Amino acid sequence: MEHKRALVVGGGIAGIQASLDLADAGVEVFLLERGPSIGGRMAQLDKTFPTNDCSMCILSPKLVEAGSHPNIKLLTKSELLGLEGEAPRFVAHVRKHPRYVDEDKCTGCGICTTKCPVKIPDPYNVNLDKTRCLHIPFPQAVPGIPVMDASQCIYFKRGKCRVCEKVCPADAIDFTQQPKDIDLEVGAVVLAIGSQEFEARLKDEYGYGTFDNVVTSIEFERMLSASGPTSGHIKRPSDGEEPARVAFLQCVGSRDLQVERAYCSAVCCMQATKHAVILTEHLSGVESCIFYMDIRSYGKGFDRFVDRARDEYGVRFIRSRVSSVEVDPETDDLVLQYAVDGCKLRKEKFNLLVLSVGLCSNPGIEALVRRLDLEPGNHGFLVPSSFRPVDTERVGVYACGTINGPKDIPESVMEASGASSAALCSLAGFPAREVSQRLPPEKDLRAAPPRVGVFVCRCGINIGSVVDVPSVVEYAASLPRVVLAEERLFACSSDSQKTIAEAIQEHDLTRVVVAACTPRTHEPLFQKTMAESGLNPYLFEFANIREHNSWVHQKEPARATEKAKDLVRMAVAKAVRLKPLTKSRLPVTKSALVIGGGVAGMAAALDLSTQRYPVTLVEKDEQLGGHARRLFRSLQGEDVKAFLAQTIRKIESDERISVHLGTEVERIDGYVGNFHTRLSDGSDVDHGVVVVATGGEEYRGKDYLYGQDARVLTQTELEERLGGDGEALQGLESVVMIQCVGSRDEQNPYCSRICCGTALKNALWLLDRDPDTRIFVLCRDVRAYGLMEPRYQEARERGVVFVRYEPDARPQVSNAGGSLQVRLKDEILGEKILLRPDLVVLSTGITARPGNKPLSQSLKVPLDADGFFLEAHVKLRPVDFATDGVFVCGLAHYPKDIGESISQARAAASRAATVLARDEIESEGKIARVDEALCSGCGACTEVCAYGAVKIDADSGLATVNAALCKGCGTCAATCRVGAVDLSGFSDAQLAAVLECF
Amino acid sequence: MSEEEFEPTIIAFCCNWCSYAGADLAGTSRIQYPPNVRNIRVMCSGMVHPNMVIEALTKGADGVIICGCHPGDCHYIEGNLRAEKRAEAIDLMLEDFGLEPERFRLEWVSASEGPRFAEVMKDVVESIRELGPSPYR
Repeated sequence: MEHKRALVVGGGIAGIQASLDLADAGVEVFLLERGPSIGGRMAQLDKTFPTNDCSMCILSPKLVEAGSHPNIKLLTKSELLGLEGEAPRFVAHVRKHPRYVDEDKCTGCGICTTKCPVKIPDPYNVNLDKTRCLHIPFPQAVPGIPVMDASQCIYFKRGKCRVCEKVCPADAIDFTQQPKDIDLEVGAVVLAIGSQEFEARLKDEYGYGTFDNVVTSIEFERMLSASGPTSGHIKRPSDGEEPARVAFLQCVGSRDLQVERAYCSAVCCMQATKHAVILTEHLSGVESCIFYMDIRSYGKGFDRFVDRARDEYGVRFIRSRVSSVEVDPETDDLVLQYAVDGCKLRKEKFNLLVLSVGLCSNPGIEALVRRLDLEPGNHGFLVPSSFRPVDTERVGVYACGTINGPKDIPESVMEASGASSAALCSLAGFPAREVSQRLPPEKDLRAAPPRVGVFVCRCGINIGSVVDVPSVVEYAASLPRVVLAEERLFACSSDSQKTIAEAIQEHDLTRVVVAACTPRTHEPLFQKTMAESGLNPYLFEFANIREHNSWVHQKEPARATEKAKDLVRMAVAKAVRLKPLTKSRLPVTKSALVIGGGVAGMAAALDLSTQRYPVTLVEKDEQLGGHARRLFRSLQGEDVKAFLAQTIRKIESDERISVHLGTEVERIDGYVGNFHTRLSDGSDVDHGVVVVATGGEEYRGKDYLYGQDARVLTQTELEERLGGDGEALQGLESVVMIQCVGSRDEQNPYCSRICCGTALKNALWLLDRDPDTRIFVLCRDVRAYGLMEPRYQEARERGVVFVRYEPDARPQVSNAGGSLQVRLKDEILGEKILLRPDLVVLSTGITARPGNKPLSQSLKVPLDADGFFLEAHVKLRPVDFATDGVFVCGLAHYPKDIGESISQARAAASRAATVLARDEIESEGKIARVDEALCSGCGACTEVCAYGAVKIDADSGLATVNAALCKGCGTCAATCRVGAVDLSGFSDAQLAAVLECF
Repeated sequence: MSEEEFEPTIIAFCCNWCSYAGADLAGTSRIQYPPNVRNIRVMCSGMVHPNMVIEALTKGADGVIICGCHPGDCHYIEGNLRAEKRAEAIDLMLEDFGLEPERFRLEWVSASEGPRFAEVMKDVVESIRELGPSPYR
C-alpha cells in the first residue's frame, strides 16, 4: 500500500461519517454500499428527534460531500464477498452488481426514467407507491444515477423494449453489464452494515398485513414526508380519509420473548413521540395516543421533547400493553383492547394504527459478518465490549452503528467517527494520500455587472406548507439585478447543486441567493457549488425563510409569505454589493490538548498519540481515572478496575503523551490549528486542537435522609462496598433503590441515562452475593435501553420487584424508632406500600460541572440549558462545536456509560485528526480591512480589538489589519468614526443596502 | 392608519454565534412569535455601528434590537460589552433624531435560548405596537 487506505462497508449515516472522517484525515476510502445510493435509513426519515430537523436537509450535504470527496471512491450495488489477510494488509473481495447504466457516461438527466414503461413498487417509499423499473432511487440520491430492477424489466423478461436505450442522450444504458469482481488492498475495514426493521407480520395479533389501516413506523415516516407517496398528506390506506384518531403501539418486535427479541430497540419511543408531534402539525385537532411499557427518552433533550408532546401537542401516553386489535368491518376502524390500572379492560376505537417496529439483524447481515470470520453475538448484533466499543474480534476490522446494537443517529455518528479513529490508529504507519482538489479558475468579475440568481427552497413541506413559494419566486424575479428566480423542492440535494451549477453557467450568474434554511449549517454546501462553478464563494447570500420564518409563523401563512419576500429582497440587496474575498493559509501545530484525565480523556489521548500526534493531557486531580476510579463493574459487568489500571499504565508509558496532574487550564488563546495555552503549573503549550473531556458530577442532595442516616447510600457508594470487602453488606434482608434522584425533576429536567442500568447492575450483584435479599426498585420508567434490556428481564426473573411512582408522589423515607421506613403509593395497584429496608440506595443523577462555565467562556463554545457542553448539531455533529478545532466527549457532553464515553472520545480523536492531518488550514475570508484613503490614524480601532490584530503602522501612521490574527468580529469597524474600517462580507455599504429595503 | 392596524416592523441584528443560533433553535423547536421581525445576521453584536441603528429607524423600521451573547460568552471575548457601551451612545443619538428611547434595545440571547428569543421578540413587537409607528414612517 503506497498510502493509507480503508474500506467502509455500508453507506448509511454511520458509513458516510466514517468515510468522511477518514478521507479528511488523508485516507483513500472505498465506500461500499449494497443498494444503488448511499443514505441508508436516514434518507427515508421525514424528520429527526428531538429537534424535528428535516432529515433529508441535514443528510443531503453529507451525501453530496461523500459523493464528491476526492479521497472517497463510491462503490454502489456492491457487496463484500470476503476479506483475506491481516491488519494492516487486507485484500477485500468485492462484487459489483450490474446497474445496467454506465456510471461514467450517465449525466443523471433522468429522461430514461420517465420513458420506462414498467411500473414497480417503490422501495424508497417502502412499496407504498410506484416507481419505474428504471429509476433514480430518490431525488437526493448519490450517485444520482438511475438503477434498473432487472427482474421486472420487459427486455430481460421478453427480449423486447429497450426504450431507455433509445432515449438516453448519453448512450449510458448497458444491458450487457455483468457482475464484476474487484480486489481491493486496504489497511483497515469499518463495518457499518446496519440493521433492518422487524417484520410486523410476525406479530399477527396486531393485524398488520390483514387490516388495511395498520401501518409500520417506517411506512408512517414515508407517509409524513413531503417527498413520500402522499406528498405529506396523511391518508388512511383503506379509504384515503384523514384520520382523526391515531394510535401508536410501542415495542412491536422489541422487548418481546415470544418473537425472541429480548432487547429494546432504543429509538422507537422517541420516534413515536416525533410521529405524534408531526402528525399534529399536519392535521390540527388529530388525537394521538401512544401505548407503551416505559417511555425511554434517555438522550440529550429527549425528556423535554416528550414533555412538549404531552403538554403542548396533547399527545396521550398510556402505559399499557394492547391485548387485542380488532377491525370494525363497517368503517375499517381499529378497536384496541387494553388494560388500565392493572386490571380494568378498556376498548377504544382508532382510525389508524402505527406499529413501532423494532430494529433487528437479518440472515444477510449475519452471513456477511461470518464471511469476515466474525461471529454474530446475541440477536445477530456484534455486541462489542464496553472498553472497546468499536472493535471487533478481528484486528483491523472495526464496527459502528446499529450492527453493534440498536441506537439512534448521533450515537451511530459518534461510533462511526470512533471507528474511523480506530482505523486511523491501525493505518498510522502509512503515508497520507495527497490530494489537491481541482477547482476551476475564478471568473474575473471586475467589469461585470451583478447578475443575481435566486433559488427558493420548499424544503419539502417545511417551507412550502406555510410560505407561498411560487409567489416568492415571482417576486424575486422582479427585483433589480435578478436574472433568474426558481424554486427547488430541496435546494440542498445533489441534483439541486447540479442544476444550480448549470444555471450559473447558462445564465452567467455572478451572485447566488438561496432562500432556504440557516446559513449556520448549509452555507458551506452552496459555497462549494459556487467555487466549483468558478465563482468566488463569498458572492453567496442566504435568506433564512425556514428557522426564522416558516417554522415560527406556522399559523400566519400570508404574513410569512410577505416576510419571505422581504428577506429575499434584503438578501438580494446585499448580494449585489458582495465582493470576492480571498483566504490566507496558516500552518497547523500538529499536537493536541486534552482537558480531563478520566476514561474519555485518556481514550482520546491514546488514539491521538497512536496516530503520531503529541498530546498534552491535563487532569485537575492528582491521579488519572476520574469517576471510574470509584467503579468496579461496567453496566455489562466487566472489570473496570483492571481496565483502568491498564489504561493508566499505557498513558504513563506513552512518550508522546505529557501528563499534567493537579493542573488546570488557566487561559487559552488562538484558534484552530494555532492554540496557545497557559496551564496552572506555569507551563505553556502550543497545540492545534482541544478535546474537552472534563466529565460530570454525581448529584448530591439531602433527599431521602441522605447524609443524615448512614443506611442511605448512593449507588456509587454501594458499589464501593460491593467491590470492597463487602463486610458492611452482610446479612442484608431487604434493600430499596430509588430511581431519578436529582434527575427528571425541576432542578435537573433531564434523564441521567445510566442510573437505571446502574441499579440493575448493583441489584444483580447483591443477588449474586445473597440470592435471598429482597430488592425493591422504586422507579418511574425503567430505561434499560438497547441491549441492556435483558438485564432488566433477568432482574425481574430473579425476584427484584419494580414499583412505579409518579413524580408528584415520590417515596417518603423516614427513620421510625431506629428502623428505616419507605412509604409509597403504587401507581399501578393504587395501594399504599410500606417497606422496612436495611438499606436505601439512591440512584443519583449526573450533573454538569460548575467548571464548564469558565472553560466554555475561554474556549468560546456554548453550554446547554443544563450546563453541559452544547455540540454543533445534536444529530450529525455530536462531538464538534461551531468553533473549529474544539471537540467534546464523555460526561462533559451528557451523561453516558463507559462504552459510550469511549466511543465518543475516539470520535473526538477522529474529528481532531481531520484538522491535525493537514499541513495548513485556510483562514476565514471575512476579516476587517482598512480603507487607507479614509483612515485618519486615530487608533480607536486598535483599542477595541481583543486580539491585537489592528495596529497603527509606524511608517504610514494608518491602521493595518493582521489577517492571521483577525477573527472577523467587526468591532473595529463599528468603532471607526470615519467609516475607514469594514468587515468584509458585512461592510457598511452592504448593511446599508439591506437597511434600505427591509 | 388606525391604531389597531399598525403592524410594527422590527429589525433584529443577531450575532452569528449566540443569538442567530438562538433564533434557529426557536425555529427547530417551532416556538411561534409574531412575523414582524426581520433578522439581520452579523458576526458580533459589537460590529453594529450606531449609524446602522439610526439608519434603520429613519428608513422605516419602528424598532431595532441588537441581540448578542450573554456577558462572558462572547465568541470574540468582549464584543458584546462594546455593544453594551455603544448602546449608551445610541440612546443619545435617538434623542437627537427625535426618536423615543424605547425604539432601541439590546438583549442577550444564547444559542440554547430558543424560547427566550421568541419571548424577547414577542415583547419587542408588543411594546413597539403600543408606542406606535416611527415618526420617520
